[in-house]
Amino acid sequence: MNLDKQQLLQAYRIMRRIREFETRISYEFAAGTVPGMTHLYIGQEAVAAGICLTLSDEDYIASTHRGHGHCIAKGCDIAGMALELFRKEGGLCKGKGGSMHIADVSKGMLGANAIVGGASPLACGAALTAKTRGKNNVAVAFAGDGATNQGTTFEAMNMAVVLKLPVIFAIESNGYGEHTGSGYAQGNDLTERSAAFGMAAVKVDGTDFFAVYQAMQEAIARANRGEGPTAIECVAMRWHGHFEGDPQHYRPKDEVKRLRDTADPLKIFRDKVLAKGDLVAADLDQLDEEILTEVTNAVDAALEAPQPAPEELLTDVYVSY
Amino acid sequence: MPLKSFREAINEALCQEMANDPSVILIGEDIAGGNGGVEGAAGSSGGMLGVTKGLYHDYGPERVIDTPISESAIVGAAAGAAMTGLRPVAELMFMDFFGVCFDQIYNQAAKFRYMFGGNCTTPMVVRGMVGAGFGSAAQHSQALWPIFSHIPGLKVVLPSSPHDAKGLMIQAIRDDDPVIFLEHKVLYDTKGEVPEEPYAIPFGEANITREGDDVTIVAFGRMVNFANEVADKLTGNISVEVLDPRTTSPLDTEVILESVKHTGRLVVVDEANPICNMASEVISLVATEALQYLKARPIKISAPHTPVPAAPNLETLYIPSKETIEKAVANLME
Repeated sequence: MNLDKQQLLQAYRIMRRIREFETRISYEFAAGTVPGMTHLYIGQEAVAAGICLTLSDEDYIASTHRGHGHCIAKGCDIAGMALELFRKEGGLCKGKGGSMHIADVSKGMLGANAIVGGASPLACGAALTAKTRGKNNVAVAFAGDGATNQGTTFEAMNMAVVLKLPVIFAIESNGYGEHTGSGYAQGNDLTERSAAFGMAAVKVDGTDFFAVYQAMQEAIARANRGEGPTAIECVAMRWHGHFEGDPQHYRPKDEVKRLRDTADPLKIFRDKVLAKGDLVAADLDQLDEEILTEVTNAVDAALEAPQPAPEELLTDVYVSY
Repeated sequence: MPLKSFREAINEALCQEMANDPSVILIGEDIAGGNGGVEGAAGSSGGMLGVTKGLYHDYGPERVIDTPISESAIVGAAAGAAMTGLRPVAELMFMDFFGVCFDQIYNQAAKFRYMFGGNCTTPMVVRGMVGAGFGSAAQHSQALWPIFSHIPGLKVVLPSSPHDAKGLMIQAIRDDDPVIFLEHKVLYDTKGEVPEEPYAIPFGEANITREGDDVTIVAFGRMVNFANEVADKLTGNISVEVLDPRTTSPLDTEVILESVKHTGRLVVVDEANPICNMASEVISLVATEALQYLKARPIKISAPHTPVPAAPNLETLYIPSKETIEKAVANLME
């Protein structure tokens, strides 16, 4: 794999930014400052980073209710994200979307999506735009393992195969669909299920940035050759609950500790690049500090920012009416 | 001016807008038809009732895209394409099928603009056939426009004539918001004057199809034609004004109120089931904004609160009739 130093630093920057951002949001949620529901991405950072690292603003992603990580990886501004999560003026969606609908279409981020399985058909549409315009862009449909049991996912997968659309289905197998173990809700292996639709499908370790990135490069090349969609099942357990405040009675007591010790995507990345000598510890330590400051500033500013003006209630329903 | 059918008028609108704008694409099942069948059959259907006939041959498989029978994927793909720069026209055959993809319509396409703080447009059209009178019974005959009119972010179009069908379709395609475009299947073969050149009819502007002084009839879709016939029949006896709002969302409240203030009498005819339908909406509007102008209680004419029956005699009873409309108008003048 031919990643240069800048790309490796960027991969780590994305993952650290997600970790730091989500950690602070978790703290703020517990403190009662975050309105509504919030679903955090900690433990799955290598998936968003591996999928999005080589995408441009002209490539698209359609995300899930657990979408902060995708947003950050796709290059959305974290100050705007923080404002949005606290429903403040100047947020990416003017405070009208919140955590579950956060979007920045100008960055190709077509929205988090509060409907499980809602995003996959949209990714087909974005891919159709790229194909119709004869461009070598791709659209990624993020879907949790829970979303793969929705008919929308089946329809989107079949449609993408039939129309040879440049879609990449990034399935994040994180162990649970809400409060139900995936072993209960799934009748078969998701990689095999995806392959049954007639597309290339691969299962990777979703805690290993390099494994995800490699699979993504192959998927993009396949799409660019006009061969249609690919499914990449990324296995990476979430560390937090379905939502913040979830008591997680369904989880083995020591599961999260085990994940922190053995399946931390940032630690796995760090160990690999240091062992190979591609980066030195000081490079990564410096990024850790920079990002802590960046996230602290973004969230502190968002906490102090004003709420949307009351007039905003009635704007943006239609372009014109 | 050439006479064209309702079907031909819509076809012409689609064809002219596709010629005018390369970002316009059609997507749906059997809009070309014949793909995967015998050699040379692709394009042989042109839609279940022939509305998109010929467009596949004119614009090819890249712009007239036949899909599997997957309504959620069709509407979702249209929404995703719309938010990234195309102007898709999705076809779902019968409006009854909107139910299997309702999420993609009302949670996705309708809400992007608001949820994303105005940083997104979703210029798409979803076409579907509506209405009873075809013997197609409960799952192929409904008049579900009130459900869609209820949803902020959607515009809902219900043409009653070939002329309006063309102009409203062109507006629907050029519009930057998601539009539900409803075609009454009984109207497909009706003919009317349709100009050759492209023209757009703005949304939210009611058409006064008959001018009158005694009674206002607000009618929707096919019912406009019934109301016109009643008005013509009563000419010289009762002076009836007929309003065709043409779009249920936005609704031209101004023209409705003006007319009722002038006549003081109101009949509303909506083929939809009666609870929370457009007739309820119009009567509520008049009651809250112009009650003092009414000389008599408003009359609401709708289908009964039942599914559409299959038996022809029952279906005839289900659909609001010209006789009922005429009787209502006469009652108001007593």
